[in-house]
Amino acid sequence: MPAITYIEFDGTGYHVDVAVGNSVMEGALNNMIDGIVAECGGCCVCCTCHCMIDPEWAEIAGEPGQEEAEMLEMVEGRQQTSRLSCQVQITEAMEGMVVRLPESQY
Amino acid sequence: MEVDDHVVIVGASHAAVQLMISIRQQGWLGAITVISDELHMPYQRPPLSKAYLDGSVEEGRLALRAPEMYEKLDVVFKLGHTVVAIDAGTNQVTLDTGEQIGFTKLALCTGARVRQLDLPGAELGGVHYLRTMDDVKAIRHSAKKASRAVIIGGGYIGLETAASLTKLGIKVTVLETESRLLKRVASEQVSEFYKHLHEEEGVEIRLGSKVVALQGDGHVKSVICDDDTHSDADMVIIGVGVIPNTELASEAGLVVENGIVVDEFAQTSHPNIVAAGDCTFHPNSLLKKSLRLESVPNASEQAKAAAASLCGIKKAYSELPWFWSDQFDVKLQIAGISQGYTGAVVRGDADESRSFTVFYIKDQHIIAADCINRPKDFMVAKKLILQQSTIDIAVLVDESIDIKTLIN
Repeated sequence: MPAITYIEFDGTGYHVDVAVGNSVMEGALNNMIDGIVAECGGCCVCCTCHCMIDPEWAEIAGEPGQEEAEMLEMVEGRQQTSRLSCQVQITEAMEGMVVRLPESQY
Repeated sequence: MEVDDHVVIVGASHAAVQLMISIRQQGWLGAITVISDELHMPYQRPPLSKAYLDGSVEEGRLALRAPEMYEKLDVVFKLGHTVVAIDAGTNQVTLDTGEQIGFTKLALCTGARVRQLDLPGAELGGVHYLRTMDDVKAIRHSAKKASRAVIIGGGYIGLETAASLTKLGIKVTVLETESRLLKRVASEQVSEFYKHLHEEEGVEIRLGSKVVALQGDGHVKSVICDDDTHSDADMVIIGVGVIPNTELASEAGLVVENGIVVDEFAQTSHPNIVAAGDCTFHPNSLLKKSLRLESVPNASEQAKAAAASLCGIKKAYSELPWFWSDQFDVKLQIAGISQGYTGAVVRGDADESRSFTVFYIKDQHIIAADCINRPKDFMVAKKLILQQSTIDIAVLVDESIDIKTLIN
């Protein structure tokens, strides 16, 4: 299972193993990492699982889809590598990926 | 909080799971026992009528959390058991087995159950309701052998079910007693849109159709309406709303209205008992009224307030309600509660496209929005509702102006 690092806005880090095929959102929920609210449970409808992919991993994480991009346009603290974590599926290539969680989701 | 404290949670769905996580995060040291009459570990309910029914999501993907998380939380699950009584004087619950379990705190996350129709023939094979995973398993089983389905009820559950069964290649008829679909919750434009959408996708919609009986020989064969029309059916799904599970609470002496009455801290009328989710009748300071909601975001967010109360912390719950529905290629996101609106305006083309938003207006303020394949409008609408400023309708409906500019 790829190890993913989640970093909260205050710098607190979590290193957790997330199964391939799970989403970055699920990895956070299953490890009780605050900062991913995920009100809708991963359907890309609520925009409460915003994360910022560390730039060096952005290409591997991929680009947001159209509806995801529209939601992200309105999210607080958006950055160039912002994604909705429910839409980022874990792959083997993500071993060591770092994602940051916005203050607005606490 | 002490190690010999014991919280008993009745119910094991969205509210219950959030509550157990939140109390551990807030330092609850004592035992946590969850009692559920279902045999499954907690699962997501929203996909049941959508992606789980149409087969695009399998059971394994419905789990609300990974099993290891519950181990980390040190939660004891008693599945397949019904709580038959609460003794709020001696702090005990009694199970259907006669077992009594003591608690220091009790959380009622009892949810809601389907409203059943007392129809002749309702006991026939192939007749279903839709609320639980087992319900949908049975529906999926029926669907394998069915070519025609009748859905009784043109609300969101009925329509989502119609879309899912259509995807499975089944010819679907929706029977609705009212003069339009979604009459209780949506504007005429939205009702009309969904009628056309379903008809375009091959669903037959019959309005003003009150079902009086189901007929068949052991297994349902047809559905009869009060105008004496018959609709052939190999399966029937009844989706006519839900009833909150409040009986345990009222028998225990708690105050119950349209739901278990709680305050903004999810506290019931008994100091040791909280409640969260579909079963509660709760105040909302944004809406300036009390209401009961059937919604996952409500269950999760209210559960956080309930957990705080159990840990002696005051964390008021007051969020803007929101909902969503997936039907065919249309994603509807609803912000706010439209009830009481005096006008509805449309941004986009409601007649010819599958992308527009209906804003519900009251006293020149936006109180709600139905956003059809319009995720950005939804995000903006939530902000516009909360900012409660007088809205320039001309700008709101002018697509040449970025809707973001309306945010103060």
